[in-house]
Amino acid sequence: MVNQPPALHAEALTKSYGAVRALDGVSFTAQRGEVTAILGPNGAGKSTTIACATGLIAPDAGTLEVLGQDPHRADAAHRARVGVMIQDGGLASGARALQLLRYGAGLYRAPRDVDELAERLGIDAFAGTLVRRLSGGQRQRLALALAIVGRPELVFLDEPTAGMDPAIRREVRTLISQLAQEGTAVVLTTHLMDDVVGLADHVLVITRGRVVAGGTVEEVVATHQSRRGTLTLRATATGVPAAAAPALRADLEAAAARHGVALELSTGDAADLEAVLLDVMDESGRSTENEEAR
Amino acid sequence: MTTPAAPASPAASAGAPGPAAPLARIAQHALFEARGLLSNGEQLMVAILLPVGILVGLVLLPIGRTAGAAPVDTAVAATAATALVSTCFTSQAIQTGFDRRGGVLRWVATTPLGRSGYLAGKILATLMVHAVQVVVLGAVALALGWRPEALGLLAAVPVWLVGTAAFGSLGLLVAGTLRTEAVLAVSNIVFVLLVAAGGIAVPAQSYPPLLRAVVELLPSSALGDLLRACLAGGEVAAGALVVLPLWAIAGTMLVVRSFRWTSV
Repeated sequence: MVNQPPALHAEALTKSYGAVRALDGVSFTAQRGEVTAILGPNGAGKSTTIACATGLIAPDAGTLEVLGQDPHRADAAHRARVGVMIQDGGLASGARALQLLRYGAGLYRAPRDVDELAERLGIDAFAGTLVRRLSGGQRQRLALALAIVGRPELVFLDEPTAGMDPAIRREVRTLISQLAQEGTAVVLTTHLMDDVVGLADHVLVITRGRVVAGGTVEEVVATHQSRRGTLTLRATATGVPAAAAPALRADLEAAAARHGVALELSTGDAADLEAVLLDVMDESGRSTENEEAR
Repeated sequence: MTTPAAPASPAASAGAPGPAAPLARIAQHALFEARGLLSNGEQLMVAILLPVGILVGLVLLPIGRTAGAAPVDTAVAATAATALVSTCFTSQAIQTGFDRRGGVLRWVATTPLGRSGYLAGKILATLMVHAVQVVVLGAVALALGWRPEALGLLAAVPVWLVGTAAFGSLGLLVAGTLRTEAVLAVSNIVFVLLVAAGGIAVPAQSYPPLLRAVVELLPSSALGDLLRACLAGGEVAAGALVVLPLWAIAGTMLVVRSFRWTSV
């Protein structure tokens, strides 16, 4: 892997919407076989970064290379190598779930087995349901399936686990890990620390269009440790059924141990988690209730 | 839900990953769209049931008839124009407007289909729906006594194609520039106005002089006049031969210039 060029290299991307600076010099690299997580609050610039990288919008300045090409000049062959799950789904509301997945698969020369993918993501349970009648989590699963059905080399997942129940979320994380193990470069945005700690090989923390931290989870935490000591990062347990809690806890603890991060399950909501890493990197140095020195 | 082995790696699977052939992608999208149009109750009503109702109504009622032409011939011409406007303008505007709001157009742009493939598939889907309309309406018309002349049918083909371009581009213009709620209202209201008072159900020649001058400038009136000339033996209105292509050109240019792929 180390000798291969990165799947994605962005350098000093800037993008403004009128007076609002959505991206302000964002640079990062995503490697094949790794999960790169872009973490930040709503409006931080995560989705704009993905939109630039997928060729949906052009940055005002900066350079961008995706699988060796400029995504804004991408042809069909290039687009087939890149899978995209956009935040609002982009699903035709009048179609039925499995019908839409089969349609998506038909755009590729050698797609994944649709039935296997549908079973894997639990789409078979709502195969005949109209998209407009699907729940948020069901839509997310369908959008994820459409993003990977063409067996892409690089996949962008914008908030892939948002709205999913814990059991499905766990399955989706496993699937994302396996994609990376197969050599796929995965770039995901999230504001869930669980996704970062459990999945990411690299983390990019963005706020107000600027990268405020980057590196492995350990590196990001270590940067803060050097200033303030060791951290305990709290992960949410909200909405986890009692039966699923032990398995989820075991997963999180294993992931936290792997990354050298102390973990504490709390009952706070997901929005609290978003604040954790951002507060960690807060240049002002104020302490928060989500961190504690040991 | 089960947890099977990891999905096959690209290298291990038969066939290398990549896009399907261009024509296969366009055909895939066209079939998807056509199936969506014909399986949606509201769209089915606009594309098939409404034109059938108009056909039967115009045969039975003394509306829009021209001297020397059989009532069923003028009814078929008016119905063909109605079906074309409903499919190319109203249905496409509504479907594309909702696709735009739902982010479908953004997603499509990231797939091997791309924006050009999406539009090509949409045009093909429209032609597929037209084919279904021709079969259904033709069968009903034949049952009502319609006996078309081959030359007239042949002459109607270029009119049909130019009309598809004109109303298809206008439908996309509405879908790509207005908010979805406005798309729904505008496309339905305009459809009703064009059919009822735009020279389709009733020829512009039947209107008072001042109103006639305005109606004859509409694409609906040009389409109605040309189809009546082809299918009901009416006179070819020279103005219609200019008006309809001009709308097609203007509509296409405006779409290229103004269509927004994302909703505001």
